[in-house]
Amino acid sequence: MNNERSQSYRALVWRQFRKNRRAVASLYGIFALLGVALFADLIANDMPYYVVMNGRTYFPIAIDYGARLGLVSWPGALRGVDFKKLPNEGALFPPIPYLPRRADLSEESFSPPTARHWLGTDQLGRDVASGMVHGARISLTIGIVVAGIQLTVGILLGGLAGYYGGWVDLALSRVFELMLAIPTFFLILTVAAVLPPSIYNVMAILGLTGWIGVARFVRSEFFKLRGLDFVTAARGLGVSSSAVMFRHILPNALAPVLVSASFSVASAILAESALSFLGIGVPADLVTWGSILAVSEQNTFAWWLAVFPGFAIFATVTAYNLFGDGLRDALDPRLKV
Amino acid sequence: MLRYALRRVLLMIPTFVGITFIAFLIMHLAPGDPVELYFHGGLAAGIQGASTERLADIQKAKEAERRRLGLDRPLPVQYAVWFERLVTLDLGESFKDNRPVWDKIRERLPVTITLNLVSIFLTYLIAIPLGIYSSVRAGSWPESLLTTSVFMLYSLPSFWVGTLILIYFCGGDYFLWFPPAGLHSLDYDPSWPLLRQLRDYSWHIAMPVVCETYAAFAALSRYMRSSMLENALQDYVRTARAKGLPERVVILKHILRNSLIPMVTMLADLLPSLIGGSVIIETIFSIPGIGQLGYQAVLARDYPVVLGLFAISSALTLVGILLADLLLAVVDPRISFGRAEQ
Repeated sequence: MNNERSQSYRALVWRQFRKNRRAVASLYGIFALLGVALFADLIANDMPYYVVMNGRTYFPIAIDYGARLGLVSWPGALRGVDFKKLPNEGALFPPIPYLPRRADLSEESFSPPTARHWLGTDQLGRDVASGMVHGARISLTIGIVVAGIQLTVGILLGGLAGYYGGWVDLALSRVFELMLAIPTFFLILTVAAVLPPSIYNVMAILGLTGWIGVARFVRSEFFKLRGLDFVTAARGLGVSSSAVMFRHILPNALAPVLVSASFSVASAILAESALSFLGIGVPADLVTWGSILAVSEQNTFAWWLAVFPGFAIFATVTAYNLFGDGLRDALDPRLKV
Repeated sequence: MLRYALRRVLLMIPTFVGITFIAFLIMHLAPGDPVELYFHGGLAAGIQGASTERLADIQKAKEAERRRLGLDRPLPVQYAVWFERLVTLDLGESFKDNRPVWDKIRERLPVTITLNLVSIFLTYLIAIPLGIYSSVRAGSWPESLLTTSVFMLYSLPSFWVGTLILIYFCGGDYFLWFPPAGLHSLDYDPSWPLLRQLRDYSWHIAMPVVCETYAAFAALSRYMRSSMLENALQDYVRTARAKGLPERVVILKHILRNSLIPMVTMLADLLPSLIGGSVIIETIFSIPGIGQLGYQAVLARDYPVVLGLFAISSALTLVGILLADLLLAVVDPRISFGRAEQ
């Protein structure tokens, strides 16, 4: 049933979306960030792309990927080698030749931005630029996974309440009310503080506390759609309830749900960096945007530890918010001129 | 209306029990309890080298402490005990210093409430004119610029802005325009004349208020704008224009009045934030308010304080939601009470 008409609807929305320069720019920004997150190991790494040792050429970053997947093991010649101290036979390092998880005591701590460390170093001499690149990966992963959990739970519960109505709706609405009235940030803080620090716990906490907006939204969409003719027709044809819900109703409610997904990503990234900033939930040795920022609160002279990660959080959140806003405007039929 | 309100109040009770029970469960099912935490800092420090007798002693002391705090009883019983005391408005005693939780909360309430009242007042003062302006001039380039900057304000993490303000304006290594911590100057004296006290206080809360306000007024002015735009499309606006009313009257008397309805309900939504306080802002600026109390209690696993804060803020949220629905029905006669839940 979604053939030509839904195609043209999609084209219509896209045309409308493209008129919004802010939203298009933020979409490009999001793609750029995804690129940085995806290729973080190639942008900032303390291993070279290739290295020539005793006449043989190795590709340490590729080997590292393979080793982490368990496909290959490190060649004996490379084990325990400090690539930076090799005699110069030829090696190509990434633009930022550091890894945030390796604290190097030979590096100067609290170095302001220099040619060696573009964005300075933190209290352990870790390169901030590298921390930013790898932090993008953490932030985006958290944002996307959390939004995924929120959408799954929200669509499921909201869909059930909206589709069945009656006592199912009554019972689920009590649950929604409960989630609405619970002081969310305080709840997140409490759970994150009592659980052992782990990035997966943070994802689960943020995902399981933030789905209420999606659920209420999906519920009202399902309420609206379940009375329409195509749903009656599908049911008349003997399509099962779950197929009606997910194959027939959901695709029609999906576009607006995407809008709230975009806002979900933004608020999850914000919440994670707030937790990292407070030093709760995320392991102490993990470098995230929020944790770099937190160091600056105690060491107020180190402006570079405040300015760069803060700006990264801000830019990412803005991009997702502007994208969501643009999409919402594009989907709003009343605003079409 | 009274019947409706009563029904809603009754429905609030199970929700309230649910919230506090969830908070209770989370704290008690998590690995490690407060006794463990307190002992690790003090008596049990260096436990690895201790003799077996000493270990047994420590174990015994822990058991005694658990018994004293009531942590040895089954969970449902513990919750029932807590709830029974709550009914008489007794929130129990803090694990940390044995002071009544209610006293600890009460002495911090005025700090957070005044701070937030000022913030909320300023939020509305800025947001409403901003929303009106950006809806009336919708599409023009100054409006587009304004909307973009408001959107950016909304996305600015308050802990970043707070940290930057602390570094640059509060005597980090740059300017000392505002005090970095607290609510009063070091030489503060309650016998100061009122004006001087007021000046000292506003000097201290200026930056925290900025941090708490900017994101809220950005969000609120967005709501105001879309509410205005929505109302501008209504038939009664066309009628008003058609009968020759000046544009000013149409905007201020017809559109604005109706657009304020959602603003009223937003005000009720703000009630819980009035007391909830901002954990982050209060931590950055070292303000002894509810947020800071909550943060410290969570870190120290001070269960009674955490539960007390959960109870108070969720009760306020529930009252806020109810007030919002009732206010909405009062200002908007189209909403009937029987089916207000859609």
